[in-house]
Amino acid sequence: MVYNTKLKATDLGTVKHLVIKIKRYVMQKSLYIDPEKCTGCLQCEMACSFEQTGVFNPSQSRIKVFNFEEEGRKVPYTCTQCDEAWCMQACPVDSIKLDATTGAKVVQDETCVGCKVCTISCPFGTINYVVETGKVAKCDLCGGDPACAKACPTDAITFVDANWTGLDKMRKWAAKANDASL
Amino acid sequence: MAWTRQILRVDLTKGTCTSEALNMEWAMDYLGSRGLATKYLVEEIDPKVDPLSADNKLIMATGPMTGTIASTGGRYTVVTKGPLTGAIACSNSGGYFGAEMKFAGWDMVIFEGKSSKPVYLMIENDKVELRDASHLWGTSTWHTEEQIKKENQDPQIRISSIGKAGENQVLFSCVVNDLHRAAGRSGVGAVMGSKNLKAVAIRGTKGIGNVANPAEFQKVTTEKKQILAENAVTGEGLPTYGTQVLMNVINEMGALPTRNFKDVKFESANDISAEAMATPRETDGKAQLVTNQACFGCTIACGRISKIDKDHFSVQQKPQYHGASGGLEYEAAWALGAANGVKDLEALQYAQMVCNEHGFDPISFGATVGAVMEMYENGTLDEKKIGLKAPFGSAEALCELVEMTANGEGFGVEIGLGSKRLCEKYGQPELSMSVKGQEFPAYDPRGIQGMGLTYATSNRGACHLRSYTVASETLGIPVKTDPLVTEGKPGLVMAFQDATAAFDASGLCIFTSFAWGLGDIQPQIDAACEGDWSEEKLQEVGERIWNMEKLFNLEAGLTKEDDQLPTRLTTEAATEGPAKGLVAGVPEMLPEYYEIRGWDKDGVPSAEKRKSLGL
Ligand code: SF4
Ligand code: SF4
Repeated sequence: MVYNTKLKATDLGTVKHLVIKIKRYVMQKSLYIDPEKCTGCLQCEMACSFEQTGVFNPSQSRIKVFNFEEEGRKVPYTCTQCDEAWCMQACPVDSIKLDATTGAKVVQDETCVGCKVCTISCPFGTINYVVETGKVAKCDLCGGDPACAKACPTDAITFVDANWTGLDKMRKWAAKANDASL
Repeated sequence: MAWTRQILRVDLTKGTCTSEALNMEWAMDYLGSRGLATKYLVEEIDPKVDPLSADNKLIMATGPMTGTIASTGGRYTVVTKGPLTGAIACSNSGGYFGAEMKFAGWDMVIFEGKSSKPVYLMIENDKVELRDASHLWGTSTWHTEEQIKKENQDPQIRISSIGKAGENQVLFSCVVNDLHRAAGRSGVGAVMGSKNLKAVAIRGTKGIGNVANPAEFQKVTTEKKQILAENAVTGEGLPTYGTQVLMNVINEMGALPTRNFKDVKFESANDISAEAMATPRETDGKAQLVTNQACFGCTIACGRISKIDKDHFSVQQKPQYHGASGGLEYEAAWALGAANGVKDLEALQYAQMVCNEHGFDPISFGATVGAVMEMYENGTLDEKKIGLKAPFGSAEALCELVEMTANGEGFGVEIGLGSKRLCEKYGQPELSMSVKGQEFPAYDPRGIQGMGLTYATSNRGACHLRSYTVASETLGIPVKTDPLVTEGKPGLVMAFQDATAAFDASGLCIFTSFAWGLGDIQPQIDAACEGDWSEEKLQEVGERIWNMEKLFNLEAGLTKEDDQLPTRLTTEAATEGPAKGLVAGVPEMLPEYYEIRGWDKDGVPSAEKRKSLGL
């Protein structure tokens, strides 16, 4: 990932070491997004909002699909659940907590005071304030069974082994190795 | 419940917006969208009204499934009295606009009267206002969308608007939403233009939280999506090739109307087919087709997004057309291509983009150009009159005529009248390939007999989307029938018409019906809506809608004479292909059709029929 620009290489080393130690035997899954497959149907936004709020309401979805019309590209985007999550670190009342099983950083509605500091600190914009509730909202991986991935008809969103999100791409390139026609 | 139970009434003369409770009794009888909006229209306007006068009304309506997670639940309809046909006009569109209307809390919006200056309607949930649109008047639908988002600093607004064609009251102008999606037929855009209404902009954040039985709804919609995914047409054909998958198929059947229906096969069909769109061009090595795109909630995704060849003569030095844009669907590719003998795929894409940009129907436009080209070739029209040479097959003429029509310049003004008025004006009414003044789409009724009756009896004028018997006669859905015979077709057409009306009223896309029957939408509607929605009830709703539309047309002054095909199709036989020697058998099918409909020999619904349907 390219977003660790504010950390020094040495910091990164420590952080990674630490994380690896903690998680050694925990298998985790992560959302894997392949924008090329996305048709822009918004089933994911509908499923997300319904799971999170009980209402079909894309404006409350934690995953957003962007349509770059000029290029004909549709790109779904949501929280990647950073290990050293900026939002979690920035929260002054400790209201964003790690779900150790799923790896999700989860907003605790009971204690969130709606100060929005997390929304400023997140480099990706994936945690947002919700006027209707006075709290912030972000993707929590639906407790380990994300609704968006289940709803996506094209497999543009899948929920895969967090250590092997590159597996599909590797397979694609591997298929080219040893190809007699090359 | 799935209805928001609220409708918005906008009086453009007074400049007022008021909210009303939805008439739930009518909702139970007409379901939504096409059905419910037409019910409101027939109750509120005089059928004899001049379609372009302030006394006509225009309704934008969603269905109960619009904005839900059911696959394709994103449709809305524009219902009004049509200026092209003088009949009921009802045009359906996908994209994202319909769902947004529901999310803002409205089942439908009724526009009445006429504004003294250009306005647009801004809806932000309950906050609704008419705003000045002087700065948008005279601009394209693309510019209007961009500008409204910009000046409100909100890229999430969804917009439906008219372009210059609607403003100029081109009789086949449309209402365009989300850049490339359109309520396309019968001139609904001209009605909007006549009211000085440029656009409707919506931001809805309320969502739909009142589905009757949420758990059941989730379960059954998921199951039904699986059926779409596993079906060869909805799971593979449409997403991969779009509706354009039909070009070569229909041509092979000898049912691809060519050069204003003089021929039934187009020798260059393959050059304008889905396969051609996906093949790299010789010029720049790129394929025209970039990707597919879904409408809101749709797990089929038939939409085409294409990029034109930047060096094509039509777009040189015109960078606004160089990006990805809505691409060719089958009906448009046929109308712009085969119907006038043009085989230049890039020219067709250019004409399609101009139609989207300035808001007019490529089917009626292309078919009207076909009639112009025939009159050019037979000497009725000449270069001086048209302003250019216009023989069949001229891509240059197509591209110039599309610009002239968009801008309301020169001969483009006459094209904007549609083929019926144009051909009458030049003394050749028989050359207009239309019914009720609306041009035919892309199936020759000599080679697909059911479509002849479909065109003749369609309440909104010639149209393929009222009873798509092609599904049965070509693809064998739900049962295979012989396309060349007339026996059994009246019953087939009637069954398709009623079922289609029910699909349309629900807010779902009719393309699902390649895989779904009424029995598949029934449990979805039943889980979402209050009341008891059986298959029989949906069937009856469909029949009621059909008869209501018919009665409106009769009161508007249409007669049996308006249910006839042009003589070319009933007297000039197909010259080649499987249908060689056949004419369209509408004259023999029509009496039987009236009879099984429970209509008299003049096509008037009997008192009994009306009573049984509560009309
Ligand atoms: S559900 Fe899948 S295909 Fe549809 S918009 Fe979301 S990511 Fe794209
Ligand atoms: S099938 Fe095509 S037209 Fe229908 S909703 Fe899906 S993308 Fe839109």
